[in-house]
Amino acid sequence: MNQLQNFTKGLIKENPILVLVLGACPTLATTSSSLNGLGMGAATTFVLVCSNVVISLLAGLIPDKVRIPAFIVIIASFVTIVDLVMQAYVPDLYKTLGIFIPLIVVNCIVLGRAEAFASKNSVFSSLIDGLGMGLGFTLALGILGAIREILGSGSVLGYKFIQGDGILVFILAPGAFIALGYLIALVNKLRKA
Amino acid sequence: MVKIESTFRNMALSLTLIALVSAAFLGFVYELTKKPIEKSVLNKKLTAIKQVVPDFTNNPNDEMFRLSAGDGDSLDIYPAKKDDVIIGYAVNTHSSKGFSGNISLMAGFRPDGTIINITVLEHKETPGLGTKMADPEFKDQFMEKNPSDFELKVEKDGGPVDAITAATISSRAFCDAVQKAYNTLQKGGIK
Repeated sequence: MNQLQNFTKGLIKENPILVLVLGACPTLATTSSSLNGLGMGAATTFVLVCSNVVISLLAGLIPDKVRIPAFIVIIASFVTIVDLVMQAYVPDLYKTLGIFIPLIVVNCIVLGRAEAFASKNSVFSSLIDGLGMGLGFTLALGILGAIREILGSGSVLGYKFIQGDGILVFILAPGAFIALGYLIALVNKLRKA
Repeated sequence: MVKIESTFRNMALSLTLIALVSAAFLGFVYELTKKPIEKSVLNKKLTAIKQVVPDFTNNPNDEMFRLSAGDGDSLDIYPAKKDDVIIGYAVNTHSSKGFSGNISLMAGFRPDGTIINITVLEHKETPGLGTKMADPEFKDQFMEKNPSDFELKVEKDGGPVDAITAATISSRAFCDAVQKAYNTLQKGGIK
């Protein structure tokens, strides 16, 4: 597999949200607007890239039987860094995303990539894999956030284009399920066509 | 790549090393971000104070004091002074009567008790309904009203406050928090 394929597989073919449906909890909870979705995606991408690189670097030094705790410590460290940095420099976004930033630790995409890819591949491949998967995640969150924002509050990236209220349900949790369901259906249809 | 064996010694060593390096790294980042985090928290508070009391020249945060609000509760009061004359108080008030969880407001009062402005600091109300309490359409009706002759009650309860459609509970909680701030200031004997 060349590096380009390695990169693009995360975007569509193995998109973590739309195809693998991993990490659906933060996806549903943080996509009430496209900016929130993109912020969450960026934070996860950072963690994914860093943990992939470090884990593939250390893969030979971590005995198999303790690999999961070792991976979790590494991932948790990067998440804490993201948490602190966001608190310091983007406090508003940090407040909106709230508990879902620390919860990146248990995001199955991050541990999944560490276990399935980074621990078995070279540092560079792991970096590309992390980037691709992270961008795929961000893309899915951004699209889902945009759909919910347009339908739910009639605005795009925070700029209102219709006065008054949108379809309220799309801001709430049920709307997240509905929008994600249709998005996955659409992607499935496109992939098979 | 050669994998090291899963002997007890190797496992303990590698985990300890990873944990140590992570801890050191985190300590470093913590030190780096400590100052900016404090600054952003303080800035947020100052911005809220600035919104609810007229231009002040002192630093209200340094002169903050607490007043008891009864029931073991207390509120933070930030006096706003211009050339050493008190021109208003920003009160960090809250109510637990919201639709879901606490709501927290910063309310600005003139020394005679008239409301200058109110800003919402924190809430967990329903998006699209209760969240509208932060919109000017709702909260601006409190401006320049004095709670001594402007009863802080929604129309449903016989008061003059125009509640948010489909969010009467959030509106009530908002009134409750403002009332608490007003009562506390009055009881504190601040004129």
